[in-house]
Amino acid sequence: MARNTKTNAPAVKITWKEVKRQKFLLFWAAVFVIYGVIFYYLPLGGWIMAFQNYKPKDGFLHSKFVGFDKFIFLFQDDTFLKVLRNTLGMGILNLVSTFIMAIVFAILLNEVRSKIGKKAVQTISYLPHFLSWIIVTGILHDALSTSGIVNEVLMKLNIIDKEVNFFAHPGFFWPIVAFANCWKETGWNAIIYLAAITSIDPCLYEAASIDGAGRWAKIRYITLPGIKPTIMILLLMNVGNVLNAGFEVQYLLGNGLIKSVSDTIDIYVLTWGISQNDYSLGTAAGIFKSVVSIILIVIANYMAKRAGEERLF
Amino acid sequence: MKKKKSSIADKIFVACNTLFMIAFVVITLYPVLNTLAISFNDGIDAVRGGIYLVPRKFTLENYQTVLGKQNMMTGAYITLLRTIIGTVFALVSNALLAFIVSRKRFLFKSQLSLFWVITMYVNGGMIPVFLLYRNLHLTGTFWVYVVPGAVSAFNMLVLRTYMQGLPDSLEESAQLDGAGYWTVFSKIISPLCKPVYATVALFVAVYQWNSWFDAMLYNRMKSEYTTLQYELMKLLSSVMQQSGSAANAAAAGATASAVTPVSVRAAATIATMLPIICLYPFLQRYFVAGLTIGGVKE
Repeated sequence: MARNTKTNAPAVKITWKEVKRQKFLLFWAAVFVIYGVIFYYLPLGGWIMAFQNYKPKDGFLHSKFVGFDKFIFLFQDDTFLKVLRNTLGMGILNLVSTFIMAIVFAILLNEVRSKIGKKAVQTISYLPHFLSWIIVTGILHDALSTSGIVNEVLMKLNIIDKEVNFFAHPGFFWPIVAFANCWKETGWNAIIYLAAITSIDPCLYEAASIDGAGRWAKIRYITLPGIKPTIMILLLMNVGNVLNAGFEVQYLLGNGLIKSVSDTIDIYVLTWGISQNDYSLGTAAGIFKSVVSIILIVIANYMAKRAGEERLF
Repeated sequence: MKKKKSSIADKIFVACNTLFMIAFVVITLYPVLNTLAISFNDGIDAVRGGIYLVPRKFTLENYQTVLGKQNMMTGAYITLLRTIIGTVFALVSNALLAFIVSRKRFLFKSQLSLFWVITMYVNGGMIPVFLLYRNLHLTGTFWVYVVPGAVSAFNMLVLRTYMQGLPDSLEESAQLDGAGYWTVFSKIISPLCKPVYATVALFVAVYQWNSWFDAMLYNRMKSEYTTLQYELMKLLSSVMQQSGSAANAAAAGATASAVTPVSVRAAATIATMLPIICLYPFLQRYFVAGLTIGGVKE
């Protein structure tokens, strides 16, 4: 989708005349390249810090090189191994739960017959996407606090007989984060599936009705296969983001009691790099994250290619 | 697709589906409406609990407190400014870049596209970026909110896809009439791109409005460049520190004022989300269209 860069127009030769004709384009292209080099490529040069014992006063040129020492330290550091586990765990849990929720929601919303009802539910479903994580975590904190609505409902239903402090038990944290992600993004993520469902040929449904297929059969044999390419490409795009999925909620909702399950790689980088001024260690952890993300994208892409599905590149 | 006779299984399905949708709407809206009720309720009274959708002891004091806070007002001003300047800046840059790479005759179109697509997958990470901004003297200024994120490969690709869909003859006939590339961009392509411009502007504006991390990381010491969300975050952590326990909240309430951190935060939350809530329903068709052309993701 959207990546059809192949144009079969004859290649334009680089001639002086053509350059002169395109001077406006070339000038601005150069401006954008300079901008991109500064803001996106130059920081990559900072990766050198991960292989040094970087001291701000010595700079890149005079800091001592230490090879892979920082990486070795990372993998012997219990805290790092824990944050790695947390990042992966929450990343996968979020990915799976938001994915399933969005698909289920899109399919069920599509089955709603009332036009007004459908429109109203959909409009409401987008709302949380536009709220910042600060607002979402604040709301969540209220709802799950000991005097919050969740405890109240559970007490009324006699499921629990004493308020639960959800933010004090390590076991609740990952599900809470997954729920927060689902609450915020289900409606938004469903947009693309709803669009894909709309583009399924209505004749298929009519034919199935004539053959006596019920709703479940239609969902299973027409809707789901119809949106499968969309599901695949979204999955591909998001696999690379698994490690990126852990910062704001964890940073905002984490507390001393549950630190061992809530801290993620990004928080680790922030603590070591910015607060403790150990730039080298922070950078090394950041590089590790980038490299794993790229490997994940390449693997996902390769598997999609093997399975004959759409792929990213 | 109308069925002549709906079976029992069908009826059960419809009933369950309706229940699901109602539950979905309640879970989505309730926390927001509850915050709204608390924001209009007397702070100390709210500590007793039991406020759901309507305030019990109505007051505007929470909002007065929010409006009376200097840092909140500064935050609102900076947030508004960064949203406007940031959106205009990002839109112009991304549109121009997309225009360049979508020209069929442009000499380096695939190289330039690749140059930007790479930035979607590889980035320096928090520390090198932080050091770079510091060396460029961007930290401690307003511009750190606007300049670094001006071009994003994702938004550029959304715009490029749309521009590639426009007929080439538009450009060719304008050039026969002697129009330069700037004229083609500003007078011919841009007016046709209004819907996709609206989409990208919306994405950037929401991002700018909701940002807080950059304020915390780069301008922590500069209270004159604080943002609304960052101020809200400080309120949130002050609430969390004296979390839950009614004793603490009552102690806070023992001071003369009838506001508590919880009620003030509720008011600030509502004030912060209000502009977005009022606007987004009207922009629906733009973001729906934008997501569908752009492929995916935020």
